[in-house]
Amino acid sequence: MERRTLFNGWVLPALLVLPQLLISIVFFYWPAGQAMWSSLTTEDPFGLGSVFVGADNFTALFADPRYLATILRTLLFCAAVAALSMSIALILAVFADRDIRGRGIYRTLLIWPYAVAPVISAMLWLFILNPQVGLLGRWLNAHGIPWDYNVNGGQALLMVIVASAWKQVSYNFIFFLAGLQSIPRAVIEAARMDGARGWHRFRTITFPLLAPTTFFLIVVNLTYAAFDTFGTIWSLTQGGPGQSTETLVVKVYRDGVVNLDLGSSSAQSVILMAGVILLTVIQFRFIGRRTNA
Amino acid sequence: MSQAIGIVGPAPRTAATARERPDWLAHAVLGVGVLLFALPVWLAIAGSTQQSGAILRGDLSLLPGSEGLAAYRRVLLNGELGTQPVWHMLLISGGMALVIAIGKIVISLLSAFAVVFFRFPFRRTAFWIIFVTLMLPVEVRIIPTYAVMSQLHLISTFAGLTVPLIASATATLLFRQIFAAIPDELVEAARMDGAGPLRFLRDILIPVSATNIAALFVILFVFGWNQYLWPLLVATTPQLDTIVIGIVRMIGVESETDWAGVMATAVLALIPPVIVVVLMQRWFVSGLTEGEK
Repeated sequence: MERRTLFNGWVLPALLVLPQLLISIVFFYWPAGQAMWSSLTTEDPFGLGSVFVGADNFTALFADPRYLATILRTLLFCAAVAALSMSIALILAVFADRDIRGRGIYRTLLIWPYAVAPVISAMLWLFILNPQVGLLGRWLNAHGIPWDYNVNGGQALLMVIVASAWKQVSYNFIFFLAGLQSIPRAVIEAARMDGARGWHRFRTITFPLLAPTTFFLIVVNLTYAAFDTFGTIWSLTQGGPGQSTETLVVKVYRDGVVNLDLGSSSAQSVILMAGVILLTVIQFRFIGRRTNA
Repeated sequence: MSQAIGIVGPAPRTAATARERPDWLAHAVLGVGVLLFALPVWLAIAGSTQQSGAILRGDLSLLPGSEGLAAYRRVLLNGELGTQPVWHMLLISGGMALVIAIGKIVISLLSAFAVVFFRFPFRRTAFWIIFVTLMLPVEVRIIPTYAVMSQLHLISTFAGLTVPLIASATATLLFRQIFAAIPDELVEAARMDGAGPLRFLRDILIPVSATNIAALFVILFVFGWNQYLWPLLVATTPQLDTIVIGIVRMIGVESETDWAGVMATAVLALIPPVIVVVLMQRWFVSGLTEGEK
C-alpha cells in the first residue's frame, strides 16, 4: 500500500536514515563481508598473511566428523529446548486462560522470567545442580546417583537444555495465552454444546486453532536455542566436557576466539548465516514478522 | 493485521463458564508453574544470606541463613577478587541497556519515518539494507566484527559496547507498520495546518505510537541488559564488565568461590529487568504479541 500524501524533499529523509545505514554497513555488512572472504582463505604456515583456498575450509568442515556431530547435537539441543519450553508453556497457558480467581496475579508470576538473562538463568541452575554445592546435585550424589556434569557429557547436555528451556517458557506462555484468547468464544461454546469436553475439545478444536501461534513459536524457539543460548552454555560448561555441550555457535567461538583458527571459524559463520537466512525467510514467508530486539 | 488482545484485563466470559466452585485443577497447575519459576530464585535469595563456607561444605538450604544482607554489602561495595564492585557493574549494565533501548528506538523511528513519509532516491535500497541486518546477528560474525571494532579503536570502550547494537531491523519494521496504518487524511490535515515533517513527527506520530514505544522499550531494555556474547567479545577490560559478565568472572575456581556473594549478585542482576517487565507488563505483552499477527 503506497501512501498518497507525502512530504517533499530528499535531504531530510536521507539524513534521517543515515545513522541506521551507517551502523548497519560498518558493523553488519563489513564484518559479514570479511567473514565471507576469510572463509575462502587460510593463514599461511608462517602467519605472514592469508592465502586464497576456495572452498577448502568448507570441504574440510563437512569432512570432519566432529563438525557433523556438532550439527546433529545442535539439532537435538534445539528440538529438546523448543519441545520442553513450549509444552510447559502451553499447559500453563491453557489453565491461565480459564476463568479463575487471581488470574492476573498468576499471569504476572508466570511472565516475569522473560526478563531473566540467559547467563543468570544458567547461574540459578548452577545453584541447583552443581555437584558439590547445588541443592539437587548434592542430594543426588548423597543418594547414590552419581551426578557431575563436569565429567558426564549427557548430564551436562541435560543441564544446559533445562537452563535454556526454563528461561524461554515465559515467552511461549505469553504467545500461547494471546493465541488462546484470540479464539472466538462462540467456537468454544459451540463445541461445548456438541458435548466436546476437556481433552477432546482441546485436541480437536483448540489446538488446531492455535496452529499459527505454534508454528510461529517453533521457528522463534529454534532460533533462540540455536543462537541466544551461547551465554547459558558458555557460562556453565564452555561446550564441555569434551564436546558434549558444543553447539554450532559455541564451536564458532571456540575455534575463532579460543583456538584462533580464523578460516574455519569464518566458514562456520557463513554456514550459520545461511541458517539464519533460511529461518528468517520461513518466518516472513509463512508467518509474518517478529518483534524481538 | 494486529488485533487487540486483552491479556491482562479480564476478558468477557459467558455465564456458562463462570464457576461458583474454585477450579482446583487450574490452581494446582498454575501453582506448580509459579513455583517452577520462583524456587530457583528463592534458592538464590536464601543462599545469599548464608555463609559461603557453609555453602561450600554442602550446606546450601532453602531457609534464609544468619548473614542477612552482608553478602550484598560485600559485593556491591567491593566485588570479588579480580572483579569490579557490583555497583559499578550495575552502572555499566544500566547505561548499556538504556543507550541500546533509547538508541534503537530513536534511529528506527527516524528511518521508518523517512521511508514511509518521503520519496527519495534509493529509498527501497535503504530499506533493504536495514532489513537484511536481521539475518546478520552477532553470533554469525564473531571474529570479523572483532577485527572491525579494533580497526576503529572501539575495543573496550563504552561506545563500542553500545553503538554497534543500536541498528535494529525489527524496530524499524514495527514503526513502518504503525506509520503505514496512519490515515492519509491525518497527514493532509497536518500539512494544511502548515506543519512541517518534523513537527508532524513530534506532535502526531510519536504520541500516536506511544504505547508501542513503551512496549519496545521493555523488550529492548531487557535485550540490552542481558547481552553476553557482545561484551565478552569487545569489552575485554574489567572496567567495562556488565553484571552478566561480572558474575561469570566471579566463579573462577569453584572451590574458592564466594557462593553467597555470587547468589547476591545473581539477585541484583535480576531485579532491574524484572521490575521493568512487571511494571510495564500491560504495554509489553500487547506490544510483543500484536506485531506478530
